Order: sequence, then structure tokens, then C-alpha cells
Amino acid sequence: MSYTKPLPVRTGHTKEFYDWCRKHELRFQRCGDCRAWRHVPRELCAECGSWSWEWERASGRGTIFTWTVAERPLYPAFADDVPYAPVVVAMEEGVRLLSAMVDCSPDELAFDMPVEVVFDDVTPEIALPKFRRRRGA
Amino acid sequence: MPATANLKDRACIVGIGETRYVRKPGSGKTVLQLHLEASTKALADAGLAGRQIDGIIPSPYFVTAEELASNLGAAQLRFATTVHMGGASPCAALPVAAAAVTTGMADYVLIPTGWNGYSMARARDIVASDATSLPGAAIARDYYIPYGLTAPPQWYALIARRHMHEYGTTPEQLGAVAVAMRKHAQLNDNAIMCGKPMTLDDYLASPVITAPYRLLDCCVETDGAAAMVVTSAERARDLKQDPVYISGAAAAQPHPADEMFNRKDVYEVGMTIAAPHAFAMAEVTPADIDFAEIYDCFTFEVLQQLEETGFCKRGEGGAFVEGGRIELGGALPVNTHGGLLSEAHTLGLNHIVEAVRQLRHQAGARQVPDARLGLVTGWGDFGDGALAILRR
Repeated sequence: MSYTKPLPVRTGHTKEFYDWCRKHELRFQRCGDCRAWRHVPRELCAECGSWSWEWERASGRGTIFTWTVAERPLYPAFADDVPYAPVVVAMEEGVRLLSAMVDCSPDELAFDMPVEVVFDDVTPEIALPKFRRRRGA
Repeated sequence: MPATANLKDRACIVGIGETRYVRKPGSGKTVLQLHLEASTKALADAGLAGRQIDGIIPSPYFVTAEELASNLGAAQLRFATTVHMGGASPCAALPVAAAAVTTGMADYVLIPTGWNGYSMARARDIVASDATSLPGAAIARDYYIPYGLTAPPQWYALIARRHMHEYGTTPEQLGAVAVAMRKHAQLNDNAIMCGKPMTLDDYLASPVITAPYRLLDCCVETDGAAAMVVTSAERARDLKQDPVYISGAAAAQPHPADEMFNRKDVYEVGMTIAAPHAFAMAEVTPADIDFAEIYDCFTFEVLQQLEETGFCKRGEGGAFVEGGRIELGGALPVNTHGGLLSEAHTLGLNHIVEAVRQLRHQAGARQVPDARLGLVTGWGDFGDGALAILRR
């Protein structure tokens, strides 16, 4: 059964981000000088101007910052999923990630709900980081 | 902060033109034909010939300055540029045109826009398929679209939802915006929603598209075009219409402009940065504004722009739009033509056209009494913003 939804284009730093995801590791760029984390990948640190950075592993923990519930289809590949809820997760590191919950219906979402990352292996090349309720939180 | 006082009142809008705005069965015209129809109307309104146009600032998506010039007979084209700001492109073109005519880079600048946004190309499809369509399109392709976040109402609904949580903004307050725009459209026979009045109950009963946005929180999609001509204040004196002075104008991008959710302050948008510069240039404050034509792609964006432009404090936009304040007859009439919500989606150039009508005192049944100072805004992409303060 093939995956029919749109996928990221794996070039440049996006490829590196998703290569870590394929290994089930959520990593963000972290500035080598001022230690600021950033997402989406960039070339330079906008805080301090440094070119130095590494892919550093994040804790995977965050809280729900906001969401919307798509109740009417606006894109054919997602029409059968309606209603579905894209979620913005505020990660412990300070960055925010647009994603989805795997174990919550849209009605169950709440602001500041503690969540943790999981990986959805949608194709052999791509795992999408998603989130579940954080256990023991 | 430096005030760009040397541009204040140096340039004027001297010509406006619009096509009919339609949905079914479509305009039946090409995008170029639409642009030329609106442009020739604006030229006629100004009393200018096509050959007098020496500056053209088209929107980035539809037609080139070259094909417009070739058709209009603009044989001395010295200033052809595009401001890449999504829906804010026409409004953001105003300070650029003002600078061009003030410095002599051009004498008469044409700013047109238009599309078959109903019958040929829906925004939701363009932004989800064309990675050059807006600065963040590749980021959206790689980090949003895989999760089903594909279309502008969905992007913005995420911010609206958070605002409701943080500040208690209610669906009824979003509905007050929709109701006001629809009320104004009843006075405008070129508005798509003329003849289709709407109550708050109708609004609340309309289906949710992407929570919290209902169908009636969303702008109409239309075929049509609009255009305006800008020249210097000196040249404006010789033309047939009352000139409308560009008193203040500015545009700005948020940071980062190409990604929506990693901003320190998610409500800080291009308007937040641009507004103080425009008001400083015009040497006025929001309290001086008689009416505001605010880019209303969706209802919440009107609240957000009222907050970020300084009409009210952050979080107070909901209360501001209640009780008829933004309706004709209220303290700050907003979108007296019906806006993008109820007139047409012409990238907000229709808002500038309406502002000019108001300031010429040619708005008929929609006239804001003794209108002297008006605001127009533009909004684009992931929250780019532009504004102009226009005066009679």
C-alpha cells in the first residue's frame, strides 16, 4: 500500500533533519557559539551571527501551543482524514514544531498538554515526527 | 526612530479603476485582459493616456510590467518593479511608487492587480503546489503540508485559536467583523455579497472550515481586477480628480517572514513593525483616522491588525469590533465596501480604491461623513504587512 500524501523534499538541511527522523531521533540545529536552538534549519544563527552549529538531539518533550481542526477538506490527499488537527508543539528547547498527535482526537486537545515525540515511518525514506500524550507527566 | 517626513504628502493617488467582481460563471477574460480593463479605467479616471505611464508595479504572480506596457503604449517605461508581499503587494507598492515619483524615477506609476481567483486559480491550490509562490512555500512543503496544513485559513486559524485562549476572543467577536463587512456590502452593487444580508446567527450557523474559522470567516474568491495611478503632488494639481495624498506609507516582514510558528511573539507581524513608521511619516495617530480599509482575508486578521496598528491594545481587538464600532455610523468604519469578506478578493487593491472614493467624497450611500483621513492595510503570506495613511 503506497503512501499518497505529500512528502518533504529531501535536499540540504531538510534532508539532514529528516535523515535523523528516519533514525527516530528528533534533532534541531543548535548554535555552536550562543547555544540557541532553532527550527526550521538555517545557515546562520540569527541571534549571534555564528556559522557554527550542530544537529543536537532534543528531549522530544513539549507542550501543545495551539492547533486547528480541519473540518472541511482543502487538499485532496487529506480529504479522507477530515476532521484532523495540525498541532503546534512548543518543545522544551524553545523551538516550535508543526505536527500532529497520534493518540488524541481533535476534541481531546488542550493547551499546554504535555506531549512527547514519536515517529511515523510513512515510507522507507521518511519518518514524520508526531506526538503522543506524555506518560507520567 | 527616524520619520521619513520627506515623503509625507509628496505623492497622490490620482486615478482608480475596477472591473465588475464576479464568481459564477467566471469573468470569461484572461488575467491580462482583466488587468488592462482596470488599468484603462484608472487612466481614464485620471485623465491620462497610456503613453504617459512610465512606471508600473504589478503584483508578483499574474502579468508582467512588460506586457502591460506593450498593450498600453507606455513607451518610456523607466520604473518597472514588483513588491513580493503576497496579498500585501498592492498596498506595499504605494510607498515604492511615492518614492519613485518624488525622486523623479517616474512621473506616473500604474499599480494594477487582478486574477480569476474564482474560476481559474484558487489561492489554496497555488500556495500548496508552487514552491515559488511565496517566500515560505518550500518550508511549508517540507514542514507543514505533510501534516495537512496546506491552505491560508489553516495557517492563520492556528494563531486565531491561540489568541482566543490567551485573550478570551470569542466566535461572536469574529462574527461581528463578518457581519459588519456584509452589512456594508449591501450598499455596494459591485460586491459579491450585495443582496445577501447576514446576521450573527447566520454566521454562527455556518459550517466550520478549519476551527475556529467558519465559512463566513473566510474571504470570497472572485474574478476581477483593480488599478490605481500615483503621481507627484505637483502633477496631481493638473489632473481632473481631487488628489488623494499619500501621507504615510510603510511595509514590513515579520521575523522570520518565511515560517510562522518560531516567532518570539506569534502575534508580531509585519504590521507591528511597519505601523509606527507610517504614522510617524504622516504625523498622525490612530485616533485621527476617520475610517479604515483593513485587509480582511479572514475575520481574525482584522482584529490582529487593529491591535498591531495601534487602534487598541494587544488582546483587545475582540472588544474593539463589538457594538457597531466598526460599522458605518460607528467610531471607526471598517471596510465600507464590504472588504475581501463580502466585496471581492482583489489583493486589497479594492480597499485602496474604496479609500480613495471615500476621501473624494464619492462613496454615495457608503460615504463616511466628512472623511478626511483614512487608513488602508495589506496582509500577505505568513504575516507580511503594509499600510498607507491617505488624506484628502
